[in-house]
Amino acid sequence: MADESILSDDLVRQLMSVGEVDILVGLHTHDHADTIGPVVQAIREGLINHFPRERVAILNADAGSSDGTRDLIRAAGIDDARYRSKLQTLRTLHVISSQYGTTVSPGIAMHIFVEAADLLRARGCAVVSPDSSDIQPDWVDRLLQPVLRGNIDLVTPTYRRHRFEGILVTNLMYPMMRALYGRNVREPRPAEFAFSDRLSGLLVNHPMWSQDAGRLGPEVCVTIEALAEGFPLAQTYLGARSHLEQQPGDLVAALRQSVGPLFWAMESLDGTWDKIQGVQAVPTNGPEYEVTEGTVKGDLTRLRQMFSSGVADLAPVLKSILSPAVLQQLQQVASLPEEQFDFTDELWVKVVYEFASSYRRSVINRDHIIQALAPLYRGRAYHFITQNQDVAPDALEQRVEALCESFERLKPYLVSLWTAQERGV
Amino acid sequence: MGDMIVSELRQAWNEFTRAFAHLLPRLLTVLIIALVGWLIAYVLTVALRSFLRLIHFDRLSERAGAARLLNSAALPSPSQLLCQLVFWFSWLGILLAGISSLGIAGMQQFVGGFFLFLPRFFVALLVVFLGMLASGFFARAALLGAVNADLPSPQILGEAVRILIVVLSVSMAFEMLGFAQHTIEIAFTLLFGALMLGLAIAFGLGGQDLARQFLERRFSAHRGRPKKESELSPL
Repeated sequence: MADESILSDDLVRQLMSVGEVDILVGLHTHDHADTIGPVVQAIREGLINHFPRERVAILNADAGSSDGTRDLIRAAGIDDARYRSKLQTLRTLHVISSQYGTTVSPGIAMHIFVEAADLLRARGCAVVSPDSSDIQPDWVDRLLQPVLRGNIDLVTPTYRRHRFEGILVTNLMYPMMRALYGRNVREPRPAEFAFSDRLSGLLVNHPMWSQDAGRLGPEVCVTIEALAEGFPLAQTYLGARSHLEQQPGDLVAALRQSVGPLFWAMESLDGTWDKIQGVQAVPTNGPEYEVTEGTVKGDLTRLRQMFSSGVADLAPVLKSILSPAVLQQLQQVASLPEEQFDFTDELWVKVVYEFASSYRRSVINRDHIIQALAPLYRGRAYHFITQNQDVAPDALEQRVEALCESFERLKPYLVSLWTAQERGV
Repeated sequence: MGDMIVSELRQAWNEFTRAFAHLLPRLLTVLIIALVGWLIAYVLTVALRSFLRLIHFDRLSERAGAARLLNSAALPSPSQLLCQLVFWFSWLGILLAGISSLGIAGMQQFVGGFFLFLPRFFVALLVVFLGMLASGFFARAALLGAVNADLPSPQILGEAVRILIVVLSVSMAFEMLGFAQHTIEIAFTLLFGALMLGLAIAFGLGGQDLARQFLERRFSAHRGRPKKESELSPL
């Protein structure tokens, strides 16, 4: 029996009228009228400048915007872009906008892009965040060029970030995915990225779309799938990252969209990551990382207090997730005074690995496991910020590198937890 | 006179031996039924224990919090308790069925009542077990939500949710069994009403500012995207 398509009949009709394309650009929107204009303009300008001979379509998957976002996308005329760039395109640039529902779902939007790319036989598909206020026309080129001309299957971005922005990425997602799959993908949950027809062909009927992992964090699932299947990868530097509004509103949502899919993929790709050793560098166009100076505006004391009270209040929950030794160490750290606070790399890595193992065993409801990680992340974030307040960017990078090495060094610990489960220990 | 006494005694003895001879096979039948019933109950219990082990029933109960509750009431583990219940109920059932076949007056009605009570008892047991499961899940969800929202006394909130669901499920079970139906119903209504009223008063009076902020956030026309926990995005 054929799998049911995510594409509505109306959308299929619109896509069929476009015919085959070389490039598809996906835009997932929901009430983005404030920011979408310049984004669409930059995309069009980039396409005309860099891909004048390619057949191109922009596909907007909208979650029921009520502020006229879809009208703005449809109305942003190609003539304006042509005027600004003083270039002529040799092909028609199609814009399709489709509403998939009334609730925001990154998974549905991504599934639509993948299926549409497959249906239109697009050689490359780029996904761009609708609130990338710093977007430049050459982003399209930077993302799609390696796919179309470099035989690369997935291009992920690198950004210039505030030194303490994305601590979940620098302290968990990046080092853990690097330890698991042996590739240094700096942005495992990219807001902008591009993939090839080979990868979309693999993803189109993937089981992730029916899982929470695929529904909440499709970007992470796509990255992991490409890593696990050994597809050629590349990274491209896009400059400053300022589209924070699209980021999850709270920490638990961020964990559900990033760590949840990572843990889920470890189980679904069981046997592919446990034997991988060492790290193979992913070719990068531009710098791998760039940080800006700046102080933290958040309340650091509150961060530590939420960690300490969280560890105390969640003791019965953590007892079912963590080993007694790790829980004891954690409770010791939580009771330390501010000046002696030390949430070491090794303890953090063990906590994360034991969470992954408990997630697989479903010792309690899986979403509860992800939620229970939030207070512990706060403790780690507090440690990371206080330890690196005044260090130079290179020294900060060295700290991240040291953490990555801890994740790699302790990988046998994760494998032992995993195999112990298989033996039923 | 002496002959009369002897004659009466002989007659009484004869009647006794006749009655005993008449009863003996029935007693033997009851004994055999009890023995066979015991064997059947034992086999049922062994099969049930293996099945419960296979589905990791104890681990499930532990996660649901049922094991903890039973332990605090000095009761055996959930699987042991269930096995013991099945053993005694099945043995008693077979025994009563056997006794009813003896034709003792009033026994038939008693046995019928017992068998009618059994399904209700097991449904009530299931309701309590599901209640325990639900209470464990929702208590943990409330605890995690309260911790991550930085609410005061998250443990009390979690325990309150647990107790509320357990009380609800136990009162439902009692209602099914038909025990003190009205008393439990009234007690539950009073308890639940008092709790809700208490919470409403506490929220309205004790947390006026919090209530105002909450309502403003919830219904304000300027409600935008959810506020981030800190200025720095974790992703």
